[in-house]
Order: sequence, then structure tokens, then C-alpha cells
Amino acid sequence: MRPIGDVAWDRHAMIRPKRVPMREQNPRDRVRNFREVALGYTPEEAVQEAERCLQCQFPTCVEGCPVHVDIPRFVGQASRGRFAGAIGTIHQQNLLPAVCGRVCPQEAQCEGTCALGRKFEPVAIGKLERFCADWSANHESDLPTVEHTPMAKTHVAVVGSGPAGLTAAAELRRLGHRVTVFELLHEPGGVLIYGIPEFRLPKAVVRREIDYLKKRGVQFRVNQVIGRTRSLQDLLGSGFDAVFLGTGAGLPRFLGIPGEQLNGVFSANELLTRTNLMRAYRFPDVDTPIRVGKRVAVIGGGNVAMDAARTALRLGAKDSSIVYRRSVEEIPARAEEVEHAQEEGVRFQLLAMPVRFLADKTDDHVTGVECVEMKLQGMDSTGRRHPVPLPGTEFILPADTVIIATGNGPHPLIPQTSPGLAVDRRGNIIADPVTGETNLAHVFAGGDIVTGAATVIEAMGAGKRAAIAIDRHISAMNPDTDPIFASRE
Amino acid sequence: MYRVVEQRPLAPRIREYVISAPDVARTAAPGQFVVIRLREEGERIPLTIVDTDPVAGTIVLIVQDVGKTTHEMTGIDAGGGVLRDVAGPLGNPTEIDRFGKVVCVGGGLGIAPLYPIARALAAVGNVTIGILGARSREFLFYVDRFREVLDETFITTDDGSCGRKGTTSDVLRDVLRSNDRVDRVWLIGPPIMMKVAAEITRPFGVKTVASLNPLMLDGTGMCGGCRVDVGGRIRFACVDGPEFDAHQVDFDRLISRLRYYRSEEATSLERFCARLAMSRGTDTR
Repeated sequence: MRPIGDVAWDRHAMIRPKRVPMREQNPRDRVRNFREVALGYTPEEAVQEAERCLQCQFPTCVEGCPVHVDIPRFVGQASRGRFAGAIGTIHQQNLLPAVCGRVCPQEAQCEGTCALGRKFEPVAIGKLERFCADWSANHESDLPTVEHTPMAKTHVAVVGSGPAGLTAAAELRRLGHRVTVFELLHEPGGVLIYGIPEFRLPKAVVRREIDYLKKRGVQFRVNQVIGRTRSLQDLLGSGFDAVFLGTGAGLPRFLGIPGEQLNGVFSANELLTRTNLMRAYRFPDVDTPIRVGKRVAVIGGGNVAMDAARTALRLGAKDSSIVYRRSVEEIPARAEEVEHAQEEGVRFQLLAMPVRFLADKTDDHVTGVECVEMKLQGMDSTGRRHPVPLPGTEFILPADTVIIATGNGPHPLIPQTSPGLAVDRRGNIIADPVTGETNLAHVFAGGDIVTGAATVIEAMGAGKRAAIAIDRHISAMNPDTDPIFASRE
Repeated sequence: MYRVVEQRPLAPRIREYVISAPDVARTAAPGQFVVIRLREEGERIPLTIVDTDPVAGTIVLIVQDVGKTTHEMTGIDAGGGVLRDVAGPLGNPTEIDRFGKVVCVGGGLGIAPLYPIARALAAVGNVTIGILGARSREFLFYVDRFREVLDETFITTDDGSCGRKGTTSDVLRDVLRSNDRVDRVWLIGPPIMMKVAAEITRPFGVKTVASLNPLMLDGTGMCGGCRVDVGGRIRFACVDGPEFDAHQVDFDRLISRLRYYRSEEATSLERFCARLAMSRGTDTR
């Protein structure tokens, strides 16, 4: 509980109960383009929203943030129009603010624990973070020059350049280590580049954040398929003092029901990778095609399903439906994503489970999804009500494109090619939840490859914790000389 | 950037490229492939690694000019030209062991990826029989190289212009009949050829391996676009393959899935050729 006498209570009467809304493209226009939906705050709007912060003496929002950004401080700076200072405060804990401001589930984290939220709408922390990051990108000359941390002789390999890997790399670099990030695709960013759509997270924003890391001295090597181009053992044998594995949950799961091999049935990963990484929506100006039909069914209820359903509309689908086996209350996607999808006309076929995909006469292309209605009863192990099929309620949902968005498994390459690395029965790497240590010496892991598919910021938290542990590990191994380590103490 | 060190025609619309890709050359094994991209707006396409020179840091790719990217590739100069991206080696290496007597069947462009496998099988002491097929004499390549390393090499052409008139499957059937025991068969070629050949080996109970070539995007297990039906299970050609038990593969489904983007592929190629013609017109003025 907040202590009585907190100065904030005195301001309470003046606080606007509602947050400053962020302008958005209207739904009718935005379903026809891939530009970002949310348009951002003006500086005036940002100041106005930042003024709502109570400046709590014991801020609960900071505890709600997996990387512990000093939220009251940066929001306070923003409220006085000191945006350069605000971004400096954020950067101390988080080097990817433009990404986090856009894709973190703030309602379950910082904003969910915001004291103002007990009575009014919580401070729009995410939107302010985003504003500060975008502002700083346009005002580079106003920012203090980034102090280039001197390079130690120690060298860490980071495998995978998604949220976990980028954060680990940033943190390790700041602690003085040389860092090389290995990415198997042709562009770094992981799920931020191939998975999250342009209209939610413009790729220019991701590139900007990665350029910032490059400026700070992080090296990136693309087309490096660790496990194939070189093995984990090779990395350890070639001068790296430690390796961080942040290879993510990239392996799409299929349902294992009849008809899944038909043309027109994709994984969400394929749809999103073609669209985001390869920019297939610009075909034939780019070489990679994507074809979705008029009626699209998306199986699943998470953020990826929402992204897929909304992407399908932008690629020309007339009708895009989410098929989810539980009810609206259990939908795992963020509320904002569900709202945006609804505004754009995505339909929700709830309490329905696909049992097979139907084919055209030549058994070539999908024509529909046979579903069965479900009811909810009891609780399953995850605390959600358990869906049970109702026999005899089968119905057909016509669809010429089906997108499977029921989750991803751990990327298999590193576990497959690293003898001795301990994995659990699902294929996730077993790592200490705090330090990220695996059973192999000098090898750490974090993010979705350890936890299974989770959020961007949780992966970032894991990357950061592992970076700190790696730094300690290396210091313990090189106790003697290094002046950088000495000066840091 | 990955330099094109050499390129030369092997047959009509088929060229051999030597590419500088030291990381790939160092670890690649027979049966593996790379995914390449020509330039920033380019698509990712998988190509089998035909040979490597770890010392020179180069790999050999053999490419048939069939679509936009492969057509564009023919215009890249050796020496100055580059590929934007080469990622690999990808896929599981071929299981190379001393099986006894093995038969390697390559059809059309499949002759190229078959070569490193056949050579490796011969090198470890198998009795190796090669069956190479093409439409006609002019489409055959690497025949001498196969003859150099294999114990016996049969040639077939659809029109009889070289070797026996007919298909690789005709020869395969005869080879199986006239040899008391064949321990393993490799098939690389058009899916329809592999489908027919798999049915020929099935009654003989010979373990038969097919190297599959479905549509691929990332080539690393992430998109699921390359999924194939093997024994009723979904397998990914990129991380579970590319080689599978030919008797378990649903080739009809593979053939159907390969057709999905055919119209887009045609559009892309036509557009590219039209632009090329236009720019050439401008150059000559």
C-alpha cells in the first residue's frame, strides 16, 4: 500500500481521469495499407499525458516492468518537456524502447500496476515510452553523444537477434564486452522483423534500434546458421568466452488434422514472414509472392492470430475470421489487439474447433474448415476453463485460405546439433530462470527458447538477466587484470 | 555479399556457379543446401551444394534457369558479380556409410545434387551404380565426372540421343532385376520421376531415399512452407530432410503443393524479361 502523506495525493484532485488517446488511422483506411495503425503523440499530448503521473514515492509500475525502467523519472522528465533526458533514463534499462512502447503488454505490466489505475485509467506509459523513442530518433543532434564503452578483450557470442538476443547484446556491450550477434536470416531482429506486422511495428523502427546497437559497437553477422554454419562447440572453441542462446520459438506447430497439407493452408509464420521479412505485399515489385483468398480462416486466439487475421485483410481478403475454441474471456491476445481486429472487421468464430480441412474436387486446394462447437467446463492445468467438443454440432466454415496460428515450438536447430545440451520434453533448453545458465559450461540461454512462446519484454528481461550473469561469469574467469572490469567495481 | 567467382554453361539453361562463401564451404557435407538471395528485393531460393573447396572458400551451385531469380542469376558476371545472401549449409547431410551395393538415380537437374552424394558413397567403398537421365543428349552434364567415381554409369534420354532411349526408371528396374542384391537407392529429380522410381523399388524391398525439393522460404524450420507428408506425418524438408524414405512420401501432395505459386512465378518472370528487353533496347540506341 502507498503510505499516507505521499505528496501525490495532493495532486490527485487535479488529475484527468482519462488518458490522452493516441490518434490512429481509421479502420476503413488502414485495412487497405500496411502503415502503422497508431500515429503517435504530439509533444503537447505527451506532456499532457505525462502530467497525469502521480510520481509515487514507492512506484509499483517499476516492479511491473520486467527490465525495471525508472518509469516515474522518465515520465516526470517528459512532463517537463525534457524528452532527451527521458530517453536517456529509459535507455539506462531498455535499449529497445521504440519496440517496447509498441508491443509490450503494458496492461499486464507497468500500466497494470500503476497506482493511478486503481481509480482512473493508468498512465499511458507505453505510449509515452514510444513517443520519447520516436522523438529522439528525430532529434539525434539534441541528444548527448553516446559514450562508447571501451572494448574489453572478452568476447561474447549471441545466437539469435530477437528481443532476448538484442537485449543481451546491448547489456553485454554496455558492460564492456565485445559482442557478436549471429542471425540465421538475412536481416537481424528475429520476430520483430519476420513476425510482428509492419502496421503494428514498422520495420524502420526495428532497424533504427538495431543501428543504435551497432553504433554502440555490437557486431551483427547475418546468414549465420549456428548449428550448421558452425556449431555451438565451434563458437566456444573459437575465442568466445561465453555464448548466449536466444533462438526463440520459431517452429510452427500444425494441428495434425486431415487436410492440413492442402494448398491454401499456411502457418502464421509463413504468412507473416512472407509479408514482413520479404515484403510480399509489394509483389511483383519484390520477388516473393503471397496469395490469400477472399475468405480467410485463422485458427487460434493469440496475438499472432490477430496479426494474421489483420494481415489477411490488408492482402485483399474480403472476410477474415478468427476460429478459437474457447470464449472471448479466454482469448490470450492483448485486449487492444482484439479491439483493433474487431474495428477492422475481423470476425470471431468462438467456441469452435477445427476437425478437418475440406478440399476441392481435385484434392488440391482448401475450400473450408469443418468445425465442431465447444462448451467450457471445469478448469485445465493453466487455470483456464476446459473446452469440450459437443458431438453433432459440426458445421462448415467456407474458406479458401486457412492460417494456423496455434503457437510455435522451440527452434530445433541448436538442440538438434548440440550434443549434451539439456532440453526438456518439449525441446526447450533448460536454463536457470535467473542467470540463464545451461548445463554446458559458458553457455547461457533465455527467451522463448527456454520458456516457450511468451512476450517480447519477457524475453528481453531474460536476455538482460543472462547478460549480467555472463558478465559475472567472465569476471570470475578472468580475475586478474582487465582495467575495464577493475574500473567498473 | 558473396562473390560469383566463375560461372559457365553446362547445358541449355543450366549453368554452374562457383561462389565465394567460406563459412559454408568449411562445413558443408553432401546432401546439404544453401538459401540464396540476389539482392535486397530478391526472394530466398534453396539450391543444393554440388561441391565445395574449403581451402579456396568456394562452393559450387548448379542452377537451371526456370524462374525469375534463376534467370536473373544468369546475368551476374563472374568476377564482379555478387549474391546478396548465401545462408547455409542447411538440411541434414546425407547418411554416408558402407551399405554394400547402391544405386544413385538422377533425373534432369537432379544430376547435380546427386553428384556429391554418389561420389561420397563411392569413396567409402560402396559398389556404386549411377543412372542419369535427361530429355536429350544436350541436357546431360557431369557424365564424365560420374564415370570417374562410380563403378558403373547408365545414361538414358527421352529421345534416345544418348544412351538408352527411355527413362531412368526403365534402367532402374533392369538393374534391380539383374543384381541379386541392392542395398540402397538414392533418387533425385523431378517429383514425378521419384514417385515412379519409388514404386519400382518398393516390390524389391530396397531402402530408397528421395531428396525432396518443396517450396521453401527461410529454409531453417520457421515457415512450414516446405512441409511434406511422410508416412502420414508432417515433416519439414528443411530441418527434418531434405532426404526421406521414398516409400513413405506422398509425392502427389508434393507435386500439388509445388504448383501453388505457379501463376505468380510466371508473372514475375514475364515482368523481368520485359524490363530486360526494354533496358537492352535503351542500351543499343
